[in-house]
Amino acid sequence: MAIWLTENSKIIVQGMTGGEGTKHTRRMLASGARVVGGVNARKAGTTHEGLPVFGTVAEAIKETGADVSVVFVPPAFTKDAVKEAIDAEIPLCVVITEGVPIHDTTEFWAYAVAKGNKTRIIGPNCPGIASPGASNAGIIPADITTAGRIGLVSKSGTLTYQLMYELRDFGFSTAVGIGGDPVIGTTHIDALQAFQDDPATDAIVMIGEIGGDAEERAAAYIEQHVTKPVVAYVAGFTAPEGKTMGHAGAIVSGSAGTAQAKKEALEKVGVRVGKTPSETARLMREVMQAR
Amino acid sequence: MDLFEHQAKELFAEYGIPVPRGIVAHTVEEARAAAEQLTGRVVVKAQVKTGGRGKAGGVKVADDAADAEQKATQILGMDIKGHTVHKVLIEEASAIAEEYYFSFLLDRANRTFLAICSAAGGMDIEEVAHSAPEKVAKIPVSPLDGVDRARAREIAEAGGLPAAALDGAAELIEKLWASFVDEDASLVEVNPMILSADGQVKALDGKVTLDDNATFRQSDHAAFEDKDAEDPLEAAAKAKDLNYVKLDGSVGIIGNGAGLVMSTLDVVAYAGEAFPGQPKPANFLDIGGGASAEVMAAGLEIIISDPSVKSIFVNVFGGITACDAVANGIVSAFQLLESRGEAVSRPLVVRLDGNNAELGRQILADARLSGVELVDTMDDAAKRAAELAAVGA
Repeated sequence: MAIWLTENSKIIVQGMTGGEGTKHTRRMLASGARVVGGVNARKAGTTHEGLPVFGTVAEAIKETGADVSVVFVPPAFTKDAVKEAIDAEIPLCVVITEGVPIHDTTEFWAYAVAKGNKTRIIGPNCPGIASPGASNAGIIPADITTAGRIGLVSKSGTLTYQLMYELRDFGFSTAVGIGGDPVIGTTHIDALQAFQDDPATDAIVMIGEIGGDAEERAAAYIEQHVTKPVVAYVAGFTAPEGKTMGHAGAIVSGSAGTAQAKKEALEKVGVRVGKTPSETARLMREVMQAR
Repeated sequence: MDLFEHQAKELFAEYGIPVPRGIVAHTVEEARAAAEQLTGRVVVKAQVKTGGRGKAGGVKVADDAADAEQKATQILGMDIKGHTVHKVLIEEASAIAEEYYFSFLLDRANRTFLAICSAAGGMDIEEVAHSAPEKVAKIPVSPLDGVDRARAREIAEAGGLPAAALDGAAELIEKLWASFVDEDASLVEVNPMILSADGQVKALDGKVTLDDNATFRQSDHAAFEDKDAEDPLEAAAKAKDLNYVKLDGSVGIIGNGAGLVMSTLDVVAYAGEAFPGQPKPANFLDIGGGASAEVMAAGLEIIISDPSVKSIFVNVFGGITACDAVANGIVSAFQLLESRGEAVSRPLVVRLDGNNAELGRQILADARLSGVELVDTMDDAAKRAAELAAVGA
């Protein structure tokens, strides 16, 4: 078992015929994921990498029974691609694309909410989601780890890989890269909730970064709802103050946003926070060995 | 990208938002000429991208051109919270009846936009929100609905603006929303938004943050870039399309992935605490998940051109690109730099982990690059890089 992505998941790739789409479709297939087709309105009816290309997401779902879409289209077209996936009511849409304007992300998020949240959006600007041994939707290198009982949720791609690799002897149920943009679909809290409810997950690694107050809110959620052990890491203690953080922005999130504040919020609710990625892995190792 | 006040107001004016007449001056002579052109009382305002300039003495009223010249002499070159004043905005003085606060911004936590409106303007809105939260209206705005004149009026009413200001404020707010959306801004702030003695609602100050992700459809935003203030190393890195931030330490950092590089800075700073002079990271440099030879060479080139760098730490996790490819990239980068006569003259610590790590380390060991040390773990490599920086200092 795993969260959101299982061996039964059927994946389509929006933007499959592009460079990144092609490369990662190959990698997903090689890792054993069931990629069943791609979407490109201009290449509908053709095949690519041995897979059928459909004109729309709706058509791809109708023909293949796909329930996951991975989006690789360039930033200028991401908003429309995601809205199309929402219209087709695909259960999971993983947006890998980096550099999506904030107005576009905020719009497709509002659109998803207005349409009743039938599509879970992960990303944008994320590595995707992998359930080792079962499936892989995105760009996470599947071969760095094994299947196991740790759940992971992270804002950062390479830190996700680092932890998956360091803990490969224990293995993972699912690793979710939620992305580092200011506005994202799936949050730390969504993943914490799903891991808490997942019988195949024993403990959770949570990786955060400076900016916003997602980690503080996750800490509050953990205190109330998460009984499984959580080990965390926060990056950015020495990072300079972000230039995009406007003065008026601080009014929304209070004084939150620093790595120190996030670490303190997590430790206050009993979450152990590693000083380095390797120390975080050691803490999780202790948790798993004690079971 | 944050804009200067004068740039924000130029943008506002394009959307028909009333702003006082103003002229930018870089010298005291220009300041005097600007004041002569505007005639009458003017305000001399330091152009810096930070708050609190009024308290710091960066905003002064001048009675005439001679006075404006004198005030500009005081303000130009002044340091405000680490920002040197290189230009001033000379603006006609406004007869202010009342001051309000208004902004549109991104609300990350709720994944929507927010309008913030208050009749208590002209001061630090954070303080007002803290001491008298009932005076600050925060109203979510869906990108699907937007803000028309009627909605703008509702927001102004919610902010407690008086009847006399409602029509003018609604018009200003509607236009400000248009600028917020059409310019791909994540913040447009008017503080104060004033009601003038003759009943007009105007933007007396302006603060705008533009979304750097939207530059592909906002080609005219490049003109707002402040080339003068840019760190020369950051400018050079930008020209090479590198994701680089200059910091004040002595350990040069190269890594792949923003999270991993941010983490590398932290780990180096911790490790540095144990050594004399407490070496710290000299920069942030993310060469991306792929970590190709060309990008690695471009990154090394930037780092070796920084005289404050005493040691270099290359921290790569081989995921999408396996470690043997990364190692070959480092070897080619050295050859590339050597062929250009730019030797890597500082000690370099490499940590490679992930897919084919053993193979990658072997490739680097066999290449016998001068000054290159391999360390297996990130924590130990950070320690070694900090130690080398302390020795080289």
